[in-house]
Amino acid sequence: MSKKIKVLIAKPGLDGHDRGAKVVSRALRDAGMEVIYTGIRQTPEQIVATAIQEDVDSIGLSCLSGAHNKLFPKVVDLLREKGADDVLVFGGGIIPDEDIPGLKQAGIAAIFLPGASTEETIEFIRQNVKSV
Amino acid sequence: MSCTHGEKKARLAERKSQWEAMVEKALTRFPERRDNFMTTSGIEMKRLFTPEDTEGIDYADEVGFPGIYPFTRGVQPTMYRARFWTMRQYAGFGSAKQTNERYRYLLEQGQTGLSVAFDLPTQIGYDSDHELAEGEVGKVGVAIDSLADMEVLFDQIALDKVSTSMTINAPAAVLLAMYIVVAEKQGVASDKLRGTIQNDVLKEYFARGTYIFPPQPSMKIITDIFSYCKDNLPNWNTISISGYHIREAGSSAVQEVAFTLADGLAYVDAAVKSGLDVDVFAKRLSFFFNVHNNFLEEVAKFRAARRLWAKLMKERFGARKPSSMMMRFHTQTAGCSLTAQQPDNNVVRVTMQALAAVLGGTNSLHTNSRDEALCLPTEDSVRIALRTQQIIAHESGVADTIDPLAGSYMVESLTAQIEEKALEYIKKIDDMGGVVKAIEAGYIQQEINDSAYAYQKSVESGDQVIVGVNKFTIDEAPPANLLRIKPEMELEQRRNLAAMKAGRDQAAVDTALAELKQVAVSGGNLLPPILGAVRTYATLGEICGVMRGVFGEYVEG
Amino acid sequence: MEDLVAGLLAGKVRSLAKAITIVENDLPGKREILQSVYPKTGRAYLLGITGPPGAGKSTLTDKIIAHLRAAGKSVGVIAVDPSSPFSGGAILGDRIRMQQHALDDGVFIRSMATRSHLGGLAKNTVDVIHLFDAAGKDVIIIETVGVGQDEVDIVRIAQTTVVVMVPGLGDSVQISKAGVMEIADLFAVNKADRDGADKLVNELRAMLEMVKAEVKPEIFRTVATDGVGITELVEGIFAHGKRVEESGLVAEKRSLQAENELKAYIYDMIMERITGLDSYRAVVRQVAAKELTPMSGVEQLFTGLGMAKEEENAEED
Repeated sequence: MSKKIKVLIAKPGLDGHDRGAKVVSRALRDAGMEVIYTGIRQTPEQIVATAIQEDVDSIGLSCLSGAHNKLFPKVVDLLREKGADDVLVFGGGIIPDEDIPGLKQAGIAAIFLPGASTEETIEFIRQNVKSV
Repeated sequence: MSCTHGEKKARLAERKSQWEAMVEKALTRFPERRDNFMTTSGIEMKRLFTPEDTEGIDYADEVGFPGIYPFTRGVQPTMYRARFWTMRQYAGFGSAKQTNERYRYLLEQGQTGLSVAFDLPTQIGYDSDHELAEGEVGKVGVAIDSLADMEVLFDQIALDKVSTSMTINAPAAVLLAMYIVVAEKQGVASDKLRGTIQNDVLKEYFARGTYIFPPQPSMKIITDIFSYCKDNLPNWNTISISGYHIREAGSSAVQEVAFTLADGLAYVDAAVKSGLDVDVFAKRLSFFFNVHNNFLEEVAKFRAARRLWAKLMKERFGARKPSSMMMRFHTQTAGCSLTAQQPDNNVVRVTMQALAAVLGGTNSLHTNSRDEALCLPTEDSVRIALRTQQIIAHESGVADTIDPLAGSYMVESLTAQIEEKALEYIKKIDDMGGVVKAIEAGYIQQEINDSAYAYQKSVESGDQVIVGVNKFTIDEAPPANLLRIKPEMELEQRRNLAAMKAGRDQAAVDTALAELKQVAVSGGNLLPPILGAVRTYATLGEICGVMRGVFGEYVEG
Repeated sequence: MEDLVAGLLAGKVRSLAKAITIVENDLPGKREILQSVYPKTGRAYLLGITGPPGAGKSTLTDKIIAHLRAAGKSVGVIAVDPSSPFSGGAILGDRIRMQQHALDDGVFIRSMATRSHLGGLAKNTVDVIHLFDAAGKDVIIIETVGVGQDEVDIVRIAQTTVVVMVPGLGDSVQISKAGVMEIADLFAVNKADRDGADKLVNELRAMLEMVKAEVKPEIFRTVATDGVGITELVEGIFAHGKRVEESGLVAEKRSLQAENELKAYIYDMIMERITGLDSYRAVVRQVAAKELTPMSGVEQLFTGLGMAKEEENAEED
């Protein structure tokens, strides 16, 4: 029996706009994945602790408040610290194109901008999670 | 007489059959683009609307005259012929100084009211040096840590000459207190102040997320504000009951009306229960709606909302004064409808949306800038957005007559249907025990989530075309020259905060905060002690911290 | 696997998490892990929290965790949410209400989906409980889906089961649902500040009158969101646990638990072996064609497994 892909969808920082996070969560569920959704106002520390306890394959970070340059890399750094750098991290929200190279360098594997489809996200996860 | 009437009816029926026959034929050659044409609310957009669709509608009682119950055609007798809607662009970013510059620019360019956007730490009652504020300071609005920042924000802006809308909810009492004290220092008495605080905490729980305290103490704070303002700020709008965010979260037009009005009913109910007289506070309630893409549905939506609210206020609360039943509202064009791809297209979208709001009789309007999906608006983008309103006002002619689309078979039919469907939702929420219970049960969240998901599916299947995104796409270079908040801004804000704290009378601050705590615990009106604390330059975080300690924090779910 | 088990036993979060993944997904290594871990189990106190959706189970669990932590106990939580019958996926959202504990080393929360397992529990929940137990958690809370029919499952595992109810959800229906009265060791009437709380409590008391038991389950009123009534509830839980221990029922319950676990494995393993036989599909065809009765079909398959009834073997001899 192949293991179901487990994804944590998290909103770091103070941004409360969760429409996208919820829509993506639902789409991932409909694609047969198990989604841990931890709601809004999570610190990077909480996100990483949750990811480790739940042993997720991937983390999707959503931020529309402009705090992504600070918060997304912090999540990746904490994962590394805890020895969990095999977790696939991706992000979405309001993120200027010019920030994407920096985020990728910091270890975020992909950024899905407004207009991206949930299909793209699903495919990306399927292709890139570390296989069991 | 009846003979002629009979003849007329017969001729109408004949022409109708003629057309229907032609339709049948045409369909075999050119099938229509879809099997069903629906609005966002699932209302059928018929091929043709005729007098048959408006037969039962009594003009005098249902459509009526502007300024007269049920206000379908508008809340003032002369509407835009006397004064255009207020052109009020939501703005704010970075430091108080940067924002002050943007305000003065907008006022110079002809904006007629101010609208303050605060950053997330401020909206959630945290100072810029709080752990959770890291990376968020000044990003989605201006950072206000204390009265000192507020003074800079309104530098060279006479508070007796402008009306100011502040998009602030959980800490609204504190920001209002700061505004009052800034005015005091300018020599402007409180009773001269005009403006609005959003102060609509219910929608935070299910559509926006910037809540602090749990529902019960939050409602108490809101009624404290109502009470304080009725005695001290008679020209201030104490609440802006919001549907904008509900729509942004993914709801349909009917749901936007229904959930917003349900929230409104909860606030009126709380105020009445706290001992306030509906005919004293209700005139200072205001609303805030979205205006989205489906042009015709949106125009009908505003009319339906006005009519429904008037009826609810009369029937449920026994309001007697017309001013208690009038729905005055601000509108913002739909942020979620704008695209990151081919951003100039957004100017076109905003224009259509703004026009719908004007034809719907909005009292105040914010038009989004074209870079909405990318970043905060640049000066150029925000100017175009403002010009959009000015062109509609001065060049299109639509403001020269009141509610011009009234009487359209389609508009009146849609208005009636939206009213009916919204009322159904409201009754359902009644049955659940009211909006707070509905939120606890997750009902409203689920409805919104279902709508949002269905919409996303329709976009991904291509059923809903979004120009530039799933059709008519081009290869484009990433946009340049976006407005960015420099990371140094946060550091500077923190430094200023520390300096301010070092320079103030700490003993006075401590005393004021202790007084606030006592009043919070004993249940007295919070405005006086908050004013007291604000005057000592206690910070927003310190004041909210005291209240967090007493009231607790809301946890999602 | 050894390292993983060693890490788990030493309390390493990542080791426990990885071990749970292997065990809950029947991945290679599961058997080894469980073999090593099983002898170290039996220490933890198992608390079941069940009840209909909307009763506030997660919020209540969050508050209970806080109390347990204040009492110095380490806590493991298994929060179960239903899988979509269409896609097989799931949104596991219970932990939203418990995130205040995310950074507490003494609390380990794991979300599990029911998958195709019928009932309020996730498949392999018991195995995961063993891992938590061996990892040294003092209390393990199992929060079930609460679909109604199968809360009975939880009772086979937990030492104390709290049934959470809420006024206004069709009280008499909640109460008369099969098994609820029998499985509750304690009742928590949550959102007790609402209208109908008194009515619900009275209805519960009335129903309990009819239940034959020496000690009737206590009814607690709570308002989980405000933290009201939690201290009393937790005291009640411990008191129940103590009573159970002192009465000697613990041994009986453990025996029952062990047997149920054994039976579950028997079922799974036999099913796996039998359906894996070459002759399996042929027997299915024969039964469908009415050439064989289902019973004879099974007997044939048992023979294939070398499990024919003793008399038959004797006959063959």
